[in-house]
Amino acid sequence: MTNTIAEVKKPILSLKDLSIAYDKKYAVKNVSVEIKKNTVTAIMGPSGCGKSTLLRALNRMHELYENISTEGEAFLNGKNIYDMSPIKLRRHMGMVFQRPNPFPTMSIYDNVIAGYKLNGIRTKKKERDEIVERSLRDVALWDEVKDSLFKKGTFLSGGQQQRLCIARALAFSPEVILMDEPTSALDPVATSKVEDLLVKLKENYTIVLVTHNMSQAARISDYSLFMYLGELVEYGKTKNMFTNPIDPRTEEYLTGKFG
Amino acid sequence: MNSDKITKTVLFSVSILILMLAAGMLYSLVGGAIPAFKEFGLKFIFSGEWNPTEGEEKYGALPFIVGTLMTSFGALILCLPLSFSTSLFLGEYFRGTRVARILGLLVDLLAGIPSIVYGLWGFYVLRPALIEIGFGGRGFGIFTAALILAVMIIPYATSLSNEIISMVPNDLKEAAYSLGATRLEVITSVTIPNARSGIVAGYILAFGRALGETMAVTMLIGNTNQIPTSFFGTGNTMASVIANQFGEADGLKLSSLIAIGLLLFLITGIINAAGKLIIKKMN
Ligand SMILES: Nc1ncnc2c1ncn2[C@@H]1O[C@H](COP(=O)(O)OP(=O)(O)OP(=O)(O)O)[C@@H](O)[C@H]1O
Ligand SMILES: [Mg+2]
Repeated sequence: MTNTIAEVKKPILSLKDLSIAYDKKYAVKNVSVEIKKNTVTAIMGPSGCGKSTLLRALNRMHELYENISTEGEAFLNGKNIYDMSPIKLRRHMGMVFQRPNPFPTMSIYDNVIAGYKLNGIRTKKKERDEIVERSLRDVALWDEVKDSLFKKGTFLSGGQQQRLCIARALAFSPEVILMDEPTSALDPVATSKVEDLLVKLKENYTIVLVTHNMSQAARISDYSLFMYLGELVEYGKTKNMFTNPIDPRTEEYLTGKFG
Repeated sequence: MNSDKITKTVLFSVSILILMLAAGMLYSLVGGAIPAFKEFGLKFIFSGEWNPTEGEEKYGALPFIVGTLMTSFGALILCLPLSFSTSLFLGEYFRGTRVARILGLLVDLLAGIPSIVYGLWGFYVLRPALIEIGFGGRGFGIFTAALILAVMIIPYATSLSNEIISMVPNDLKEAAYSLGATRLEVITSVTIPNARSGIVAGYILAFGRALGETMAVTMLIGNTNQIPTSFFGTGNTMASVIANQFGEADGLKLSSLIAIGLLLFLITGIINAAGKLIIKKMN
């Protein structure tokens, strides 16, 4: 049943022939894919296959570095992301990194609200308080930190820090959240908390998740992309891919022959 | 005894020797300063009189303490905009590029130029230029000295802050960019706050250098022994009065100069320790 519902969902992101090169050496080659709204889409593949590179193209992070070039097109809700200003685009595309990276000079409260502060968006205190509480509740961190909102975020445990970083990305109510192995630095308990969270978050957001962990992809993703040597090898419903992979390379990866 | 033990013993003795050298220096400074402090008491530090006339000799360190603080703070303020923008340029905007490497080398080169060369340049180039733009007093004075000092301490302030700024983790900056921050916002809200204590330490160490810098200052400050009344007037620093007068000094005057040396030693010691402490705390 859920599969048929997922089927009719509109794409929120569509990539057309996206290629990315470091110093003219291609790390991602001609990837075309449509990512559906309110899903968790996993990007899988062996180390070095270009997962992070593809993910970071979606919020135009590569433009911070001169040696990286991008070709092709990508659309967010039908609008070409390369026609928007990267600043605006990034507000629609939250990002969560592999290592938890709360701003060490800021309190928990200021970390959550950092997006507004950094962009110089003026808000009333009451509004800010609401945003902080809503975002921290969204990541199930509110009860744990509500009495220490003005302490430094770096005093939290690794798992709490990562949830704080997710809250920071949520505060702006982005449409898409890009996550690069968000649980790889966390212990199993913290990992399962974050995983539960992602499943809950897809009601309101679309999540693109790079992961090394196949069972994680199987547990929480609706769709999966399998990449190999910079190419998109296979894309489909996670269930189908895990039970019935089409490409032999996908099968080899899923059965642990490489990666 | 095995060779490891010998090495250890030798290294230990050498470090003890250096420690004793420093202690001996402090001891002789204190010894030399005692007559001045015996004669004038603590008032030596707060008195502005410097009268070497025989029979009515009176010495106070205040004019030189004030002169030192004025030139050093002046130098710090003059150097700040230059070195701060340079370290942002090197550590953030052009980090890792060839331009930054070459400029970084040139800045470090400034640190290697001997004080006397700065003094000569200040005397024969800077001073005439200041007179040209309407500077009184033949171009000598606190401001002239502060200007040359500012150039001399730029490398110290710059290289530490540049290093600390370029050490701010990239993933913090990327986190800020991913929230839609512009480059300027990243610099003001992430880079500078995270590098703040290192930047402050850099300026404290640079200030410490300025306090004791002697040769160039002596050549440019005008060498007068009254409490300076204006930033553009002449004066003397603690270091420059010693350099200027130790040759012909004896008795109480010599002891007073040594006492000034002792004070300078203590002040720079404290300033340097504070800077190093901040750096240590950061790591
Ligand atoms: N900054 C960079 N400069 C040059 N080449 C890079 C850079 N980052 C990645 N690459 C290269 O691009 C390719 C893809 O890297 P990418 O980081 O996207 O892989 P990945 O699939 O995320 O791997 P992992 O699972 O190990 O994180 C690799 O061959 C890598 O060597
Ligand atoms: Mg990666």
